[in-house]
Amino acid sequence: MKLRLSDEDARFRDEMREYFTTRFPEHIRAKVLARQELSKDDIVESQQALNAEGLAVPNWPVEWGGRDWSQLQRHLWHEEMQLAGVPIPLAFNASMIGPVIAAFGSEEMKERFLPKTANLDIWWSQGFSEPDAGSDLASLRTTAVRDGDEYVVNGQKTWTTLGQYGDWIFTLVRTDPDVKKQAGISMLLIDMTTPGLTVRPIELIDGGHEVNEVFFEDVRVPAENLVGEENKGWNYAKFLLGNERVGVAPVGTTKRWLADAKEAAGDRLSSDPVLASRVADLENELMALELTALRVVAHSAEGKPHPASSVLKLRGTELQQAVTELYVDLAGPWALASGAGDGSSAPDWARVSTTQYLNYRKASIYGGSNEVQRQIISGTILGL
Amino acid sequence: MDFTYDSETVALRDAVRGLLGKAYPSSEDRRGATNTEPGFDEKVWGRLAELGALGLPFSEDDGGAGAGPVEVSIVAEEIGRVLAPEPFVESVVLAGGLVAAAGTAEQRADVLGRLSAGENVLLPALLDSGQPVSASGEGESVTLTGAKEPVLHGARADQLVVSAVTDRGVELFLVAGDAEGLTRTGYRTFDGGRAARIELDGTPAVRLGEQGDRSAAIDEVLAAARIAYSHEALGAMEVALSQTVEYLKTRKQFGVPLNTFQALTFRAADLYVSMELARSTVMWATLVLADAPERAAEAASRAKAIVSRTSRHIGQEAIQLHGGIGMTAEYSVGHYMSRLTALDHWLGDGAEHRAVLAASVRDHGVLEPLA
Repeated sequence: MKLRLSDEDARFRDEMREYFTTRFPEHIRAKVLARQELSKDDIVESQQALNAEGLAVPNWPVEWGGRDWSQLQRHLWHEEMQLAGVPIPLAFNASMIGPVIAAFGSEEMKERFLPKTANLDIWWSQGFSEPDAGSDLASLRTTAVRDGDEYVVNGQKTWTTLGQYGDWIFTLVRTDPDVKKQAGISMLLIDMTTPGLTVRPIELIDGGHEVNEVFFEDVRVPAENLVGEENKGWNYAKFLLGNERVGVAPVGTTKRWLADAKEAAGDRLSSDPVLASRVADLENELMALELTALRVVAHSAEGKPHPASSVLKLRGTELQQAVTELYVDLAGPWALASGAGDGSSAPDWARVSTTQYLNYRKASIYGGSNEVQRQIISGTILGL
Repeated sequence: MDFTYDSETVALRDAVRGLLGKAYPSSEDRRGATNTEPGFDEKVWGRLAELGALGLPFSEDDGGAGAGPVEVSIVAEEIGRVLAPEPFVESVVLAGGLVAAAGTAEQRADVLGRLSAGENVLLPALLDSGQPVSASGEGESVTLTGAKEPVLHGARADQLVVSAVTDRGVELFLVAGDAEGLTRTGYRTFDGGRAARIELDGTPAVRLGEQGDRSAAIDEVLAAARIAYSHEALGAMEVALSQTVEYLKTRKQFGVPLNTFQALTFRAADLYVSMELARSTVMWATLVLADAPERAAEAASRAKAIVSRTSRHIGQEAIQLHGGIGMTAEYSVGHYMSRLTALDHWLGDGAEHRAVLAASVRDHGVLEPLA
């Protein structure tokens, strides 16, 4: 047992910190640190800057831009980005479809998609959830029927995050309706400009536009866009979702938010012991989460997520939500000033506090709801 | 950065687990010991000494094994797993720690040598009660007057380490258990343990080390003890949780096992989450103690604060999920909650340590746990 990072890992962390805080595009960090929403251009510029440094897809195979880092190094990279206010690479590209294509796609498919995916020349959307298939994903009903060299896709996807920016969408579609529901699913890559595909925005309680419905009406998709083998899509989806849970506890971001919340609270931390105690509690529990993340990282067999990663998802999102709630409480009546213009006295952090609080109610729902995580913990870990 | 035990540590754990598992195979056996004076098994104490457990943290010159906080934490956790009533943390970490920190070379070799050999049940008497302990007389030999309470296992002590306020600050003294002018009134505590009120009336004592304020040494030793007790709690929580999980799998109600009810399995999942976060924090605190002792007081407060919350969560839910049987003395799970409650309120409870953390919350921006 030892507390300190090895010299090599400490050096690695310092290098990351140095790049992220001094050489990464400053105007993007400034927006993140002010907790402002990023534009599509910001996200693309950010990922291309990272990719140019070889820092966008370190988890991929080396021949496609991966870095062969240890799990701990990946963790440090991820944490340092968040602490510095560097947007993490677009998850749909970097941690979802990229690794799946690298692991299961044909050579042609890899060459066609992976470099553009790493560089965010293609913006991927995720087409998994449907109106009647959320946590129970295997119940999906969107169909793909083979017709010569093409599949004809019909159905509807929902909760497609940032789908309004998407160039391509990776989907799960039913290719065999007559077998056990998991066994009849395939994964298809679909160009979002194909005729018959429409994207409709869903407005959310925070007033923002982040998720969408995607409709498929006789959308014709070349058969070469099938990932791996027909009817093996469930395996690829499980692989993808397993990757998704790695790094799902946003410790670095939440730590930075909490430190900034202390700034915002200022002298009230000295005069209000209830507030100070609440912050101290959050800080302590966040540290426990960070240490647990380090334990999980250290124990992860290569490529395979530790079963305790469900602990990280569950507690990580709870604490993330608790910190957004703290901001709203700190803002008090200023929390209502979300639409205030330049003449307002409301501080910037207070203006964004409520929309962010409302927006982050999503965190305990996406990526496998926290109830699903409890199911995994009680079933897989505790054997209940 | 590495949170795994090496093979030597695992060997120590297995040895202690073997010894204590044989001594206390069931809660009935443990109750046998706690229902008989002095409230623990002297033979088990002797076997812990033979194994080297009682001398673990002391230097070899002082008759110890020269091991560190990690090894101590292993023993404390095993003590917690079976709720062994032997006063390991009290005697070795707290009282022995004070002697190691403040005693002269001769005092250390004598007192710690006999403690390590199991010949000297040494216990700390630090909490003033009603009448603060004062010292009079000069040089090494002084007399003490005042009262200390509660002194855990105080009635059984062969020797006590007593703190007293002098005009130099807080000093430490060695007092024989049967010294003149010393009255001890022992009683049972709710967790099956023993405590005593110790009254000192012109009682002869020997100053530990040179004259001078010992507050800093006391604070260091308290931090080490808080961390060791947190491991004891960790051991207890782990067993309480696994017993509860087993119970959910086997106990039938309405014709089906309890684990068919999602409301119950989700609560068990939350207990597991609590447990893992507490374990991470407590293991970290031990590494801080070993590696960066200047931060140990803060680390101990962090561990205590989280263990307090977790032990209440696990203790309360363990009983609730067991139902009525969890309330009975014949079944062990309730004893775990009882012991966890005692540990929570010893050396500062959760609220006290949260207040310590709250007072320093502005001293840093982002918290960095790794050195």
